[in-house]
Amino acid sequence: MATPARKTTGKRSGASSHVSFLKYADYRWLKIAVGLSALAILTYALIDVEPRPSGSSWYGYTLGTIGAGLIVWLALLGLRKRTIRPGQWTLKSWVSAHVWLGLSLIVIATLHCAFQFGWNVHTLAYVLMMAVILSGVYGICAYTILPRQLSANRGEMTQAEMLDNLRSIDRQLHDAAQPLNSDLAQIIGASLDDDPFAGNVFARLRNSYPNCPTQLAFAEVSAAARDRSAPGAEDIARAVQILSRKVSALSHIRRHLQIKAQLDVWLYVHVPLTFALVAALFAHVISVFFYW
Amino acid sequence: MTSTYKVAIVGSGPAGLSAAARAAQLGVAHVLLEKTDHLSDTIFRYQKGKHVMATPSQLVLRSDLDFDAGKREKILDTWNAQAASQNVHVRYRSEVTAITGEKGKFELKLSDGDVVHAETVILAIGTQGNPNLMRCPGGDQPHVEYQLDDPTAILDEHITVVGAGDAGIENALGLAADPEQRNVVTIVNRSPDFSRAKDANVKALTAAAEEGRITILTETSTNRIEADHIVLDTRDGELRIPCNRVIARMGSAPPRGFVESCGIEFSSKDREAFPILSPVFESTAPGIFVIGALAGYPLIKHCMNQGYDVVEFINGNLSLKPADEPILEAKFNKLPGNRSVDDWLELLRTGIEILRDLTPLQMREFTLDSDVRFVRAGEVIFEGGAPGSSLFNVATGSVHVRINPNDPTIVVPIGAGQMFGEVGLISGRKRGATVVAAEDSILMEIPRTAALKLIATVPAVKRAVTRISIERQLLQLFKAGLSPGDIAEVVESAETISVRAGESIISEGDENYDIYVIRVGSMVVERTIGGKPVFLSYLPAGSYVGEMALIEGGRRTATVRAAVKAEVIKLNGDAFRSLLDRNPALLERLKLDMATRKDVNAHIETMKSTFSDVADMYSSVASFLVENGIGEATDVLLIDEKLCVGCDNCEKACADSHDGLSRLNREAGKSYAQLHVPTSCRHCEHPHCMADCPPNAIHRGLDGEVFIDDTCIGCGNCQRACPYGVIRMDKVPPKKPPLLNWLLFGTGPGPGEPSAKWSKKYGDPEAPKKAIKCDMCSGLEGGPSCVRACPTGAAIRISPEQFLSVSQMQKGE
Ligand SMILES: Cc1cc2nc3c(=O)[nH]c(=O)nc-3n(C[C@H](O)[C@H](O)[C@H](O)COP(=O)(O)OP(=O)(O)OC[C@H]3O[C@@H](n4cnc5c(N)ncnc54)[C@H](O)[C@@H]3O)c2cc1C
Ligand code: HEM
Ligand code: SF4
Ligand code: SF4
Ligand code: SF4
Repeated sequence: MATPARKTTGKRSGASSHVSFLKYADYRWLKIAVGLSALAILTYALIDVEPRPSGSSWYGYTLGTIGAGLIVWLALLGLRKRTIRPGQWTLKSWVSAHVWLGLSLIVIATLHCAFQFGWNVHTLAYVLMMAVILSGVYGICAYTILPRQLSANRGEMTQAEMLDNLRSIDRQLHDAAQPLNSDLAQIIGASLDDDPFAGNVFARLRNSYPNCPTQLAFAEVSAAARDRSAPGAEDIARAVQILSRKVSALSHIRRHLQIKAQLDVWLYVHVPLTFALVAALFAHVISVFFYW
Repeated sequence: MTSTYKVAIVGSGPAGLSAAARAAQLGVAHVLLEKTDHLSDTIFRYQKGKHVMATPSQLVLRSDLDFDAGKREKILDTWNAQAASQNVHVRYRSEVTAITGEKGKFELKLSDGDVVHAETVILAIGTQGNPNLMRCPGGDQPHVEYQLDDPTAILDEHITVVGAGDAGIENALGLAADPEQRNVVTIVNRSPDFSRAKDANVKALTAAAEEGRITILTETSTNRIEADHIVLDTRDGELRIPCNRVIARMGSAPPRGFVESCGIEFSSKDREAFPILSPVFESTAPGIFVIGALAGYPLIKHCMNQGYDVVEFINGNLSLKPADEPILEAKFNKLPGNRSVDDWLELLRTGIEILRDLTPLQMREFTLDSDVRFVRAGEVIFEGGAPGSSLFNVATGSVHVRINPNDPTIVVPIGAGQMFGEVGLISGRKRGATVVAAEDSILMEIPRTAALKLIATVPAVKRAVTRISIERQLLQLFKAGLSPGDIAEVVESAETISVRAGESIISEGDENYDIYVIRVGSMVVERTIGGKPVFLSYLPAGSYVGEMALIEGGRRTATVRAAVKAEVIKLNGDAFRSLLDRNPALLERLKLDMATRKDVNAHIETMKSTFSDVADMYSSVASFLVENGIGEATDVLLIDEKLCVGCDNCEKACADSHDGLSRLNREAGKSYAQLHVPTSCRHCEHPHCMADCPPNAIHRGLDGEVFIDDTCIGCGNCQRACPYGVIRMDKVPPKKPPLLNWLLFGTGPGPGEPSAKWSKKYGDPEAPKKAIKCDMCSGLEGGPSCVRACPTGAAIRISPEQFLSVSQMQKGE
């Protein structure tokens, strides 16, 4: 029913553009990457290199230089991400270029080596590169699918609040265990001693904790609670109720940790392999120039 | 006791103490009356080890006592020692409950029944006031306390905390924090909920109650207090529980009532008003002088200087120049004309209409807070669209307001004595038009807080500002070549109305046709479609609403309600209609605006019938945002949780661009439909945080950002005042080693905010804690670092108009 009096100046429009890194600037880097790959394939098909296409022809050198340059630049993302200097750049645009140009390396590097593989440092570099790229592909899949799940699971709780909640349930559990007989108290004690962060990466990724002391305690104490006429039945029922809250709180935080791990895990492949790749690339270039 | 003192000083804060020290030096017969059993209770009650700051730094200290920035303990020790060595005559536990008599023979009644006689009185009781007392039987026993200094010192007790505001909740939590203390804590609240306390506190309290660490009794009041029990009236009847200690935190009554009972008048009824004072601090009750925070000067240095000055004045030294003289001199030095400070003050006072009624003392104060500038003809004073909320006054010369952005030759002149910039002052929004100097002029720029204080203290100023601002706002809003004469009748009919958040000014189906202009705050427009309210649009301050019914007749077609506490100008429909009859151009303009809005409404209605889900979604997301304070925001950080991978790079970037402290908490905050409002400053139109900052350290900057400058003294008022919990009190951590050292050798804490442990190990333990908040990365090229550092594009910063627009819905997101 009315007109806003003034318009915003839009001076800082960069800050409010709301698109994901994949779609950044209308898929600019996807287009460039496709163009680059198409050009490489086209020239590969058209240019007749004698005696046969290989990395050491002038054409191979050209692609090789482009490829090596790209790899070094891609690896520099790690630095860019951590040096927040003022300036007209956004990490989103960098990641967009990183992803699409990184994928184009599949074409460029493969054509550069002209399908010649063997048991040598050159092929090692190629394999490492493909591994880095594959992990990157997993990465963008994770980045597209998982955030919604993370958000849905978390609700409005922060990780710290989830842990606080768990700790507060533990305190109640501790009190509730006092009146119980020593067997039950011991079982609950095991649940109290359990560290929610324990368990290896695989347990966390699969969200499977087969010997979880809390689950066990819940099962045992529930079983004991079935006998309503036993002495202290009320205390036992109370412990069951708290244990069931702990089970659900635990599963909440474990699901959170699982998604976080799934979002992170690939970087533990992507980054170390990048280091290996850069080293192999270096060896590859040196051996080409000095020992060929 | 019949001896009569020359001066009785009430209150031993920095102001009163400094006055007493001067009196002692001059050999004037004096007594310093202090309510508590120690000096300077306000400072005594600062947190242990608090770093006290000595601002403003340009101001020289003029006192017989020393004061320099440093720890609370050191300052109090110094004062205690110096008060003793200078023979200051203090009488402790002497609360003054009434002052009667007249100049030359005052009688000060003390709470212990004694009476002190004095010729003059200096009131320096600060603004803390007295805590509201327990009125029930037994409320006067010694185990009923009104303050809790160290909750960890209390062991093995049954404690009842009465009052569930932040203070009460924090005390209760402190007492129950450590189970080893074995305290049994009960908190009693008269109302059913905890609406007066901060969200975080309420959460913590409920959690503690769930764990059984604290018992909460709501809708309960105290009936009587016994030696080791307390009897409570609950909804289910009387309850008697063991209780060794009662801590009553039921707020405090400001000292105004007591001050007025001494015959001292305040400048107005407003809460912000201060006592009316002469240039020598004498109140309207002759012989009673008022200094310090009570007089409106909350900084310790001001207080101490005034203590010195007022005793000199009383002692007859009327030629004493105030200590701020050199600061004023420096201010005026830049101006042409070589006048003395007094001449300049007089020129400003007589030259500027709204300052005419000020006393010389008030004049000094406002000039200290303000900026006096000489501008040459043609110089731009501010641009339309620039943020700014200060008030300008023309002392000499004149300026031109360019009312048409496309044609700089169309101007409205503003002459000597008049003000401009008041629209920004009131709405907190951007400047409406560019203003240039028409000739060489001298201007006085009064910052928003000082201007508001002026409005609150001088009723005439309030009336003038209201009238002029309504007139100007209408002229600006409706343009169409109107002159002040044209709208005189409408302005006459205008009425300013405050609207509570959620209250509506127009309801769908009503039959009236007044027009409303939003002056402060913002509104949302809704219409009921298919039984559900559907969000149509968001109206920021400076918009008008309600013309449809006037132009087309018929009932109201939508409901307009306040998104936040707002203020509107109601224009009488008939007066406005006759204005339209006389101005066809204006009618055309309004019709044009109306047509655009009708398109929007029609669009939403078709959307609603075809894609009802999308419209519902848009509507509910909009309501969620408005509920979370976006309605009063000017720029807010949002996170699209469909894209956020939880890398916290935004927080790290924020820390790395600001001395290593992050000003945002990504995970905390509310979410709805995978849209998350993290805990980070919204740069409110009327920042609550600014309301009570002793050194006036909070400002709005050039990009519209609300920021805190270096003069912050760390009092924490802003942190308590911000409803969104975005201000933290912290010390700047030490510098980190360069990034490469961390990458290669693992030295230092790495990117982002260093851990508290690391900062503690390498940091300066003496460094003061200051208020820290988002400054929108102003001054950094490229804009907000949090947004730039987000790898996926999940973090965006927007203004509410941008987000709450229909285009957003058309995108279907
Ligand atoms: C947390 C906090 C931090 C601050 N930090 C700083 C800082 O770093 N630097 C700075 O410059 N300012 C700071 N301030 C502001 C400053 O402390 C106060 O403005 C200043 O103390 C006011 O001094 P005063 O003498 O006017 O009154 P007060 O210091 O309030 O002293 C009033 C005295 O009067 C006594 N009294 C009250 N009523 C009676 C009565 N009826 N009879 C007898 N005695 C009475 C009181 O017990 C008290 O001792 C801070 C304020 C707070 C709350
Ligand atoms: C040889 C090629 C590549 C190299 C050397 C490389 C290297 C890197 C490096 C060093 C990082 C920084 C990680 C960090 O510091 O946290 C990174 C991040 C990333 N890479 Fe790659 N990468 C390559 C290819 C790819 C490809 C093909 C993809 C996607 C298909 C990809 C997707 C990503 C993503 C999504 C990130 C995460 C950005 C972030 O969360 O900040 N990378 N890469
Ligand atoms: S600190 Fe709080 S009150 Fe101040 S502008 Fe930011 S959100 Fe508003
Ligand atoms: S900025 Fe906040 S903490 Fe600092 S002086 Fe002002 S109100 Fe106090
Ligand atoms: S705009 Fe700058 S200061 Fe504000 S939260 Fe973002 S990074 Fe921090």
